[in-house]
Amino acid sequence: MMNFCKRILLLFVLVILTGEVFAQDKKVEMADTMRSNGRIYVVVAVVITILLGLILYVTRLDRKMTRLEKENRL
Amino acid sequence: MTDTKNYMYKSWWKIASVVLLLYTFTAGLLLEVPHLPALQETIRNLYFHVCMWFAMMILFTISVVNAIRYLRNFNPKYDIYARQYAVMGIVFGLLGYITGAIWASYTWADPNKPAINSFSTIARDPKLIGAAIALLVYFAYLILRDSIQDMDKKARISAVYNIFAYAMLFPSIWILPRILPSLHPGNEGNPALDVKNDISSNMRMVFYPAVIGWTLLGVWITTLKIRLSILKEKKMMS
Repeated sequence: MMNFCKRILLLFVLVILTGEVFAQDKKVEMADTMRSNGRIYVVVAVVITILLGLILYVTRLDRKMTRLEKENRL
Repeated sequence: MTDTKNYMYKSWWKIASVVLLLYTFTAGLLLEVPHLPALQETIRNLYFHVCMWFAMMILFTISVVNAIRYLRNFNPKYDIYARQYAVMGIVFGLLGYITGAIWASYTWADPNKPAINSFSTIARDPKLIGAAIALLVYFAYLILRDSIQDMDKKARISAVYNIFAYAMLFPSIWILPRILPSLHPGNEGNPALDVKNDISSNMRMVFYPAVIGWTLLGVWITTLKIRLSILKEKKMMS
């Protein structure tokens, strides 16, 4: 009987421990400070600017190509 | 060849590409992502690194389709298509490789040692070797093409080689890395496409638009190069 109780107790301890482990798993360090103080928007702004710049370049290239093609057809 | 009905001159898909990419860059950085150990915020690289490979695969597929079209009717237009799509596929593949190298050096490397010490382990990863083989096969495609002077011979041989190169993609990036033990995720099932138990639904909301956006951008740049080559060809003829 005593042995059985010990086993049950051990089981409980183990279950609680695994719970602890899971809880730790959830607390993965993310860039939360960067998000809370809004600095992430600075990054977004920079990245979007670069993207828009590149897109603008490709658009102009597209226009230029169309003009060249038109000139060549004449 | 230059009729305005051609998809190259339509603007709706170019606008779609820009909109989807803008969405990718904002939502990709701002939306909630799963908190996973070791990956942490770098999980957002899914919207960029993985999309490079998806775009590469789609561009290579377009390339091989055009190679087959060339072999069916020997219209030189399709040879130009096949070549330019293959080049753009290589560009995306290289970008995927470089971004993967950066990502791996932060997530696969032993955190207790300088990243360079883990180099030999990472460089041995079958996924990396497979991708390198696939890209080298496509480099050989360009070398083969440019080493042949005769126009018809060049187009014909490179179209046939294109089919072989495409076939080599499957063992080297889809099959072999999955058989061997790899650090690279996505070895079981259909990675990134499995709706039930792969990436979280939050990430899928950005990932799929990102794939389409990046691919369309690749197609856009390729069409510009195709138009340039066709123009050059015309100039030479006249």
